[in-house]
Amino acid sequence: MAITMIKGQVGLTGNSAIAYAMKQINPDVCAAYPITPSTQVVEEFSSYVADGKVDTEFITVESEHSAMSACIGASAAGARVMTATSSQGLALMWEMLYIASGMRLPIVLTDVNRALSAPINIHCDHSDSMGARDSGWIQIYSETVQEAYDNLFQAVRIAENEKVLLPVMVCLDGFITSHAIENISLIVDDDIKQFIGEYKAQHPLLDTDHPVTYGAMTLPDTYIEFKRQQSEAIARAKDVVSEIGKEFGNRFGREYGLMEKYKLDDAEAAIVILSSAAGTTKVAVDELRKAGKKVGILRPRLFRPFPFEEIAGALKNVKAVAVLDRADSMSGFGGPLFNEIRSALYELEKRPKVVSRIFGLGGRDYMVKDAVQVFDELLGIFKTGKIETLMKYITL
Amino acid sequence: MADYIEIRWHGRAQQGIVTAAKMLGESCLRSGKYVQAFPEFGPERMGAPVAAYNRVSDEPIRLHCRVTEPKYVLIADPTLIGMSLSGGMESSGGVTAGVPDNAVFIVNTSKSPQEMYKELGLKSKGTRVYTLDASKISLEAIGRNMPNTPMLGALAKVANVITLDILIDNFKENYSKKFNSKIIEGNINAMTRGFNEAKGE
Repeated sequence: MAITMIKGQVGLTGNSAIAYAMKQINPDVCAAYPITPSTQVVEEFSSYVADGKVDTEFITVESEHSAMSACIGASAAGARVMTATSSQGLALMWEMLYIASGMRLPIVLTDVNRALSAPINIHCDHSDSMGARDSGWIQIYSETVQEAYDNLFQAVRIAENEKVLLPVMVCLDGFITSHAIENISLIVDDDIKQFIGEYKAQHPLLDTDHPVTYGAMTLPDTYIEFKRQQSEAIARAKDVVSEIGKEFGNRFGREYGLMEKYKLDDAEAAIVILSSAAGTTKVAVDELRKAGKKVGILRPRLFRPFPFEEIAGALKNVKAVAVLDRADSMSGFGGPLFNEIRSALYELEKRPKVVSRIFGLGGRDYMVKDAVQVFDELLGIFKTGKIETLMKYITL
Repeated sequence: MADYIEIRWHGRAQQGIVTAAKMLGESCLRSGKYVQAFPEFGPERMGAPVAAYNRVSDEPIRLHCRVTEPKYVLIADPTLIGMSLSGGMESSGGVTAGVPDNAVFIVNTSKSPQEMYKELGLKSKGTRVYTLDASKISLEAIGRNMPNTPMLGALAKVANVITLDILIDNFKENYSKKFNSKIIEGNINAMTRGFNEAKGE
């Protein structure tokens, strides 16, 4: 597709931006099975392959299970590997996700977030990636098209970092971000090449001079040591994410941290929320601030590993917090983000009041008025010190 | 949220309104604005009602929700007027839903703006209605009923968001690889005729 730059800006959908980033990364192998709403990522990237714009070996497969299996094989062989999927596609990859992380393979996957069946629904929520939260993949959530594009390059660096060596999932909101054209600044190819560098696998399976084994049977005498190492590796990833976000900022002028704080420093009430809905919430914050109300936002960018201490530090002076989840963990006790946040705050001596609000499932619109309503409720909690409803669904 | 100009497109699948919103977004970006262009997707069936949205601003746009109070409403298929579009999709309820008193409608029809004002059931004196026979223009200019480009031309005339020249420049530059020169010329003709033939009160 023709991409015309105006004053350094182009208008691209989230999917086109991801496909373009993949073209610039030029991975050795991409195995994918297209699914709504991430279809255009695979469609446009396969055009780049067909037109000879990349050197990638593109493997067409008959399912997402096979897509991830092929990614695992290629990554173990020593290739730089990428794929993209959504919803049921990610669900079908399930058992292979754990194998990718357990074998410490630095695969980069774009998940265009979409609800899970049943009932069938093609629109945005986070149940697909939240379902994969314990699979050992690093997860980064993107608010805008620009951020999704920028995150993909950082994901390559994070995954391949020798202290980490784990797969990374970059998430963006289905349709809301994937199909919306927004202004973004593209980075020139050479700068990307320099930033991500050449990939040299540390223990490639095909290096027959230095034979290695991947995914071998382990018995009770060794399995737990593997898992402990994996656990330590994903914990180390936190600092690597910070360092690479900073380096990205130094090079390209857009710095990324573990989270974004928006007018949080003096806030009495705060919403914690992921991805595109944070943008809408910012508009609500600006309106309420004009009316003199002290409200703010915490938007975690890194969800796995979960930056417990940093999040607790960011929320320690807030009096009332609502965690808005675009997924329900069906525990009867709020959404997955709520449980992490609430747990992170436990170590604080003075804890804010925290409530869980589930919103926007299956693409239900989340609007400025919805955020305002939550803030009003929080300011009530701030005044009275009492929570009336700990958990509930909103945007109904 | 007075800093945004918000636009809503109504049509039926295959009438090109998603592409029109995209072309408008690209063109506004070309004139130095921040833009959003996004469709409301549903199960894809030819002829099904669809909506698409634009936001245009001098500032970065952070809203990521549907447009509910559009200043400009473009209706590519007048048979959608009076229909409840709520259904399974989250559509706004109907083509007039949420519009402010000073809204501007652009309708693809051979009827007059006065007739459409009545058919739309409008009450506010501040509301303006423009009409053009975009289907006829497109049939003559490109040989297909594709009302999107004439309607873009009409929007350039009516709204202060984009000029006809930038629409044409953008189309030439971004679509010349995709379409042959006959289609490019036909659509430029259609945009220009849409600009010239839109009439309003």
